[in-house]
Amino acid sequence: MPDVAIGLWAIPLAVLGGAIRVSTPFLFVSLGECITERSGRINLGLEGTLVMGAMCAYGTSFLTGSPWLGVLAAGVAGSLLGALHASICGLPRVNDIAVGIALMLLGTGLAFFLGKPLIEPSAPILPSINFGFWTDIPQLRDVLQINVLFLIGIALAPALVWALKTTRWGLILRTAGESADAARAMGYSVNAIRLRATMTGGFLSGIGGSFLSLVYPGSWNEGLSSGQGITAVALVIFARWNPMMCFWASLLFGGAAALGPALQSVGVSQGYHLFNAAPYILTLLIMIITCSPKRSLVGAPAELSITR
Amino acid sequence: MALERFSGAAEYVLIPTLAVALSLFLFGIFVALFGKNPLDLYFYMYQGAFGSWFSWQNTLTRAAPLILTALCTALPAQLGMVIIGGEGALLVGALSATAAALVMPAAPPVLVQITMAIAGMAGGGLWIALAGSLRHYRGVNETISSLLLVSIALAVLNHLVEGPMRDPTSLNKPSTAAIGAANMIGSIPGTDIHWGLIFGIVAAILAYILIYHTVFGFAARIAGGNIRAAKIVGLPVGRLILITCFLAGAAAGLAGMVEVAAVQGRTNANLAVGYGFTGILVAFLARHNPLAIIPVAILLGGIGASGGLLQRRLGLPDASVLVLQGIIFVTVLASDSLYGRFRFSARKET
Repeated sequence: MPDVAIGLWAIPLAVLGGAIRVSTPFLFVSLGECITERSGRINLGLEGTLVMGAMCAYGTSFLTGSPWLGVLAAGVAGSLLGALHASICGLPRVNDIAVGIALMLLGTGLAFFLGKPLIEPSAPILPSINFGFWTDIPQLRDVLQINVLFLIGIALAPALVWALKTTRWGLILRTAGESADAARAMGYSVNAIRLRATMTGGFLSGIGGSFLSLVYPGSWNEGLSSGQGITAVALVIFARWNPMMCFWASLLFGGAAALGPALQSVGVSQGYHLFNAAPYILTLLIMIITCSPKRSLVGAPAELSITR
Repeated sequence: MALERFSGAAEYVLIPTLAVALSLFLFGIFVALFGKNPLDLYFYMYQGAFGSWFSWQNTLTRAAPLILTALCTALPAQLGMVIIGGEGALLVGALSATAAALVMPAAPPVLVQITMAIAGMAGGGLWIALAGSLRHYRGVNETISSLLLVSIALAVLNHLVEGPMRDPTSLNKPSTAAIGAANMIGSIPGTDIHWGLIFGIVAAILAYILIYHTVFGFAARIAGGNIRAAKIVGLPVGRLILITCFLAGAAAGLAGMVEVAAVQGRTNANLAVGYGFTGILVAFLARHNPLAIIPVAILLGGIGASGGLLQRRLGLPDASVLVLQGIIFVTVLASDSLYGRFRFSARKET
């Protein structure tokens, strides 16, 4: 179908489409990190988890022909990395931020190592649902090709808000995050709670990675993730550890990340790289505006080392 | 007393050595899973890193930027800050140094080289000082901000070398204009190792003196140990943070200048090969001690240097170096929990 001339409307449309497409990895990683951080520990290694998830998903999809098995494999790989993080952090005198940096390196290295043979072949990718059947404008149709993972993410955010607030599991998790002593006094093992929270976080981040290789851009190569993982960790701080806010923030960041390609599509190629850096600049600006040296952040789990 | 001090020092050598040995063992198992002989692996790693004068030169050339980028993490660590943005400071340093060389085409080489070093250090220093000031004035976590600044530095570099600063004759690999053969800093006489190694060693020694033998370093370590106590006794915490971060970034910026003035001769995306990230590992492995950084950087430089041989002889992907680095990093951090447990056995040995 030929493009209909819609002039400058192409930019907001492309940004909107980009926001929906690009935001999914942000959404999954930030929801996962949200769970981990609410338990009182920070996992900076999710960048590595994201790349590892992307590689595992692509490889599994290529070998089995089923992209959904790929998503599952990505989740499992992510939770294994999460388990590694949690078990090292459970040792005395180990700094969780440093372990996160180490796992960022290890996850990326492992993914590049194992993924070397996957750069050439093409694997089956995940289907999208076409919500644009009512319109004749092809650009709008493109925007409304919405992926199933995005829809799962939308459902997951309010579900997590509810689970953290009302379920027994959520209460125990938050207790470990607010006061490890209180959790211990209630007879729970703080390390076991955080192990589960970090594994769950890793599972979701792995799925976020599977989106990169199985939906958009939809292939595996070593430049697949350009710091979405670490941006998502910062995004959780901006979202005040609230899953629903994570969702809105992910959309915002997805839109920012889509700005460069959107401008390029209408012929603005000057400063392409600078526009591509928009999410990082936005993250930094938001952190500058919302953080304060005088008080601790509203909503921050008290046990979290990053908000000292 | 003396005995305890000895066993304490022995721990700082023994535990990281054990951790690296364990990592090499684990990496051997890892490659064995892919049908490679671990003994071949160790042999080629040794050959590629330290087996000949040629490999030694390769190793030491790689160690030079690693010493400097490791200082970028180790100096702020004295204040309890985790800065992981050395790669960004390196890129900004390289850009500033190149720009400085390009605006003074007719100047004598010595003057150009000195200006490049100053520009590189200033650029990198301001870049990390930015992360430090955001931490101090706005409470922004310096680990995340310094990592975001890496991505921003890379975007700025790509923008400049493909746009305003592009040399029109660089077709496949967009680059800035060359700084000119006369302005290259060259090699240590009798070797192929460039002067960057000497810069690195001198910087590490200066950093050691600064931290352990000056009032400034003493104050910084107090602030790192207990920031509230430091504030109560009236230490200028903000100034300590800003100056330390500036010096840290200046070291990484100097690494960028060295890579331009001794290796690449110009600025392009080739500079972003991860020296900044390996530097973080070097700093943690050296437990943020500037003197320990020198041998650790040589070790990690050796691992990097052996990567090519592993690729050619064993058919391992180039990412195997990254995997080994990751394993070392994880093992070293896990070994942090061992400190203080060897005291008794160490006493028995002596």
